[in-house]
Amino acid sequence: MKEIIYYPGCTLKNTAKNFEDSAIACSEALDFKLHELKDWYCCGTVYSLTSDDLMHHIATVRNLLRVQEEGQARFTTLCSMCYNTIKRSSKRINENENDRETLNSFMDEEENNYEGKVDIIHYLQILRDEIGFDIIKEKVKKPLKNLKLAPYYGCLLLRPNEVAIDDPDSPSILEDLIAAMGAEVAYYPFKNECCGAYETVAEVDLVVERAHNIIGNAKRNNADAILVSCPLCAFNLDNRQKEVLEKYPDFEGIPVLYFTQALALALGLDPDVCRFDLNYQPVEDLVRGIKQ
Amino acid sequence: MAFKLSKESVRSDFIKKIEELSGEEISACYHCGKCSAGCPSAMAMDLLPNQIIRAIQLGDIETLKTSNTPWICASCFTCYVRCPRGIDLCSIMEAVRQMTLRTNKDHIDIKKYTGELANLPPIAVVSALRKMSS
Repeated sequence: MKEIIYYPGCTLKNTAKNFEDSAIACSEALDFKLHELKDWYCCGTVYSLTSDDLMHHIATVRNLLRVQEEGQARFTTLCSMCYNTIKRSSKRINENENDRETLNSFMDEEENNYEGKVDIIHYLQILRDEIGFDIIKEKVKKPLKNLKLAPYYGCLLLRPNEVAIDDPDSPSILEDLIAAMGAEVAYYPFKNECCGAYETVAEVDLVVERAHNIIGNAKRNNADAILVSCPLCAFNLDNRQKEVLEKYPDFEGIPVLYFTQALALALGLDPDVCRFDLNYQPVEDLVRGIKQ
Repeated sequence: MAFKLSKESVRSDFIKKIEELSGEEISACYHCGKCSAGCPSAMAMDLLPNQIIRAIQLGDIETLKTSNTPWICASCFTCYVRCPRGIDLCSIMEAVRQMTLRTNKDHIDIKKYTGELANLPPIAVVSALRKMSS
């Protein structure tokens, strides 16, 4: 069985435990083992965009150093925000010797220097590039054939160009996964439009508008559920449906699943690994639909 | 109040500082408007994204400081991947935010939201604080 170091990030141990548990179960069913990084730190969640702000890359560098100390040159993560932040920071630090030296000299309590050779890949890239959607299709025991699923990429898997896991304007990795799981793809134009992200803290109304647009459009294209890969997108599209309904009384809700939850169902795993109790919109009807 | 354009304003240190922080060349923008057309949050902004660049080009610091636009921008990078001049407007917005935050003025008072914070994913709280407080 293949092994890869896995970086969970803060939210996967908290509101998105359903994402972590289902992803670990799926990976074992697909013959690769996620081995959690020891002593990991929060990545900082957003990549620092100002040129002189080297200090905010330090959390990422400490994580890269932990991976290096385990004798590995790469690791994986599930959360889109962690992926983007770590990928961009590691690119800057790996390619820039001066930055690396500055950070290494700052971390003088560390036994080793970071050598600039560690890279991160997203879990979806493992599914596509190392397992392959044809193999996944063979391992599907309960095809999701009654379901029409709307992929939602959000921002950080696709932008900016240098860290994109797929074509930023016209991605297909989630569509290919949906097809491999035996479900139908709901095509709609908002799959890579921002959900409002952290504006959900202080600008709830803005996020409600975004969620109303995105979900409404997915529904008009006959989606039964939306698939996401980011715990913040999941919160804004799933939990914020409460506020959407308050503002738009005729709004009809829709379940929002992590792609790993849908994959776990398709692989015929015990639905308990999906932890659907942590999803806001009820998923029971959807699961019942698959069994028939 | 109307902004009076002057030789001093268009050559101000403020513009140089924004360029230094963002790593972007402000004069490269020719205002095609593609960023504003594609911005998913433009409806909540008092100035369109390219109008922010225009205010920087002219050195109109007051307009920049009072606009809500840099605080509504959630760094989704849609404008960046579409810009025909390759300008990373998200980094420019960050530089504008930092010009305020680095004077020790927070945009968000997290104490106002304590009741709701427990229900939010940790990444929402951490990123909002990173972007909107000093």
